[in-house]
Amino acid sequence: MKALRMLGRGVEQGAAWLLGLLWLLPLVFAVWTAFHSPAYMAHFSFTAPLTLENFKNAWQAAPFARYFLNTTLLVIGILIAQFTLCTLAAFAFARLPFVGSRLLFALVLIQLMVAPDILLLENYSAIKMLGLMDTLPGIALPYLASAFGIFLLRQTFLTIPKDLEEAARIEGCGPFGTLWRVYVPIARPIYVAYGLVSVSWHWNNFLWPLIITNSVETRPLTVGLAVFASSDQGIDWSVITAATLMTSAPLLIGFLLFQRQFVQSFVRAGIR
Amino acid sequence: MNTLRLSLYGWLMVLPAATLLALFTHIPVVESFVHSFMSTDKPKRPSRFVGLDNYDSLVADPIFWKALTNNLIYALGSVPLSIAIAMMMALFVNDKLAGRSFLRVAYFTPTILPMIAVANIWIFFFTPDYGLLEQILKPLGLGGNNFLGSNNTALLAVTIVAIWKESGFFMIFYLAALQQISPDLKEAAAIEGAGRFTFFRRVTFPLLMPTTLFVMVNALINAFRVVDHIFVMTGGGPNNATSVLLFRIYEVGFKYFDFGLASAMTVVLLCVLGLVALGQFFALDRRVHYQ
Repeated sequence: MKALRMLGRGVEQGAAWLLGLLWLLPLVFAVWTAFHSPAYMAHFSFTAPLTLENFKNAWQAAPFARYFLNTTLLVIGILIAQFTLCTLAAFAFARLPFVGSRLLFALVLIQLMVAPDILLLENYSAIKMLGLMDTLPGIALPYLASAFGIFLLRQTFLTIPKDLEEAARIEGCGPFGTLWRVYVPIARPIYVAYGLVSVSWHWNNFLWPLIITNSVETRPLTVGLAVFASSDQGIDWSVITAATLMTSAPLLIGFLLFQRQFVQSFVRAGIR
Repeated sequence: MNTLRLSLYGWLMVLPAATLLALFTHIPVVESFVHSFMSTDKPKRPSRFVGLDNYDSLVADPIFWKALTNNLIYALGSVPLSIAIAMMMALFVNDKLAGRSFLRVAYFTPTILPMIAVANIWIFFFTPDYGLLEQILKPLGLGGNNFLGSNNTALLAVTIVAIWKESGFFMIFYLAALQQISPDLKEAAAIEGAGRFTFFRRVTFPLLMPTTLFVMVNALINAFRVVDHIFVMTGGGPNNATSVLLFRIYEVGFKYFDFGLASAMTVVLLCVLGLVALGQFFALDRRVHYQ
């Protein structure tokens, strides 16, 4: 019986590692390609010399510096706006008994099902009407009021004891003061979680920015990378792979450094 | 503070978010329906009511049916498999195996990569002649494939990429659920002499059901929403073999500028998502949501 259990554990261990290696394989392959000269592409040898040439070429072949700037500005802008808008709405839904709040909340939740990406035709027309075509605010606007954020923060605010609010009120805080002094500080871990999810989501977003942008000045990294990879100028795969890793690098490095927090954050954002 | 003032504060705080939501979610949903009954706005012929014309063209369009079928295959292929793999990953990481932090990183990493980057990596994986897959298959005498260029394998290839990208994300939800299962249950089962597999089948799996439902709904939504890799890997080809609804909407709307037809397709997509929502609310146990 004991031997059988040991065997079961051995099999599980083996399967877990096999799956892990299988899962890493494409990435390892990409890293190999990016750090070796094209001659060693798909030609594996331990003596192959490492090189940063591909990264250099990629960086020079397309305005990646600008793309990085665009994506960074976009992601930060979205994050600040989402925090502000969602905090206010979540607090109202959680703690202020206003007329129509239940119906309105139900309407908010619709966005969990129907993301702005699905409605790209109408949202395109809306952005065009607002004169925000090919601008960073144009990319950001449909995502600023996020149902996910409102829901997540509302659930968190609901768990905060009302006594704390009473105390704040006695101290002379209005609703805004209470929110800022009591609710926001307590919900900090949730803000970190939501922030990480939001940043990785918008760093990676592609289809909507593809439609809205058509210049180097506004294109985010994902669109820039796609444009770069599809330009038929006989660019080496090694260079494209280097560019690919480059665009993913900030999140990837962040994840490897703070993997526990990352995973924890996704869990926190997920179970509510 | 009196009720009226609280109400006023409530409205003021909700207003900015509500306005933006209405502008970019609710109004567009309604407008998609309206525009699906209108002809496409052209310089010489402004948009007008055309009844079911767009839907007639849609039904007559073989590429629409192809995209719809592809999308269903894509969903049916990726959803159950990524759920099963996600559950397996979570069980592996949760059982204190050697190297579990390495395993967690390995499983989760695809989640934080942009889909566009993932697509680039996998294109190379699937490339004819010198791609990694070919390198493995050639010595076995199974070479000479063009996975992304063939009608038979292209959809499978993009489905595999979706599974690779999403399983690690869904693992997280299972991991969270597993950590909430009381260790007492395991002890009790051990006293009863239940084996590991029995324990999984009779205890863990049923307890994970709410999570499975939640993950399934999300995976289904993603199967209709996440199409980025198709742009890069196949561009919907060969011969529309990998065209799915949202991709086709993009094509018809922004390449052929037929907004009427694209709106009708958006309505179909909205109905599909509506069905998913209905399924979530009625067909399955209502208690299980959001714990």
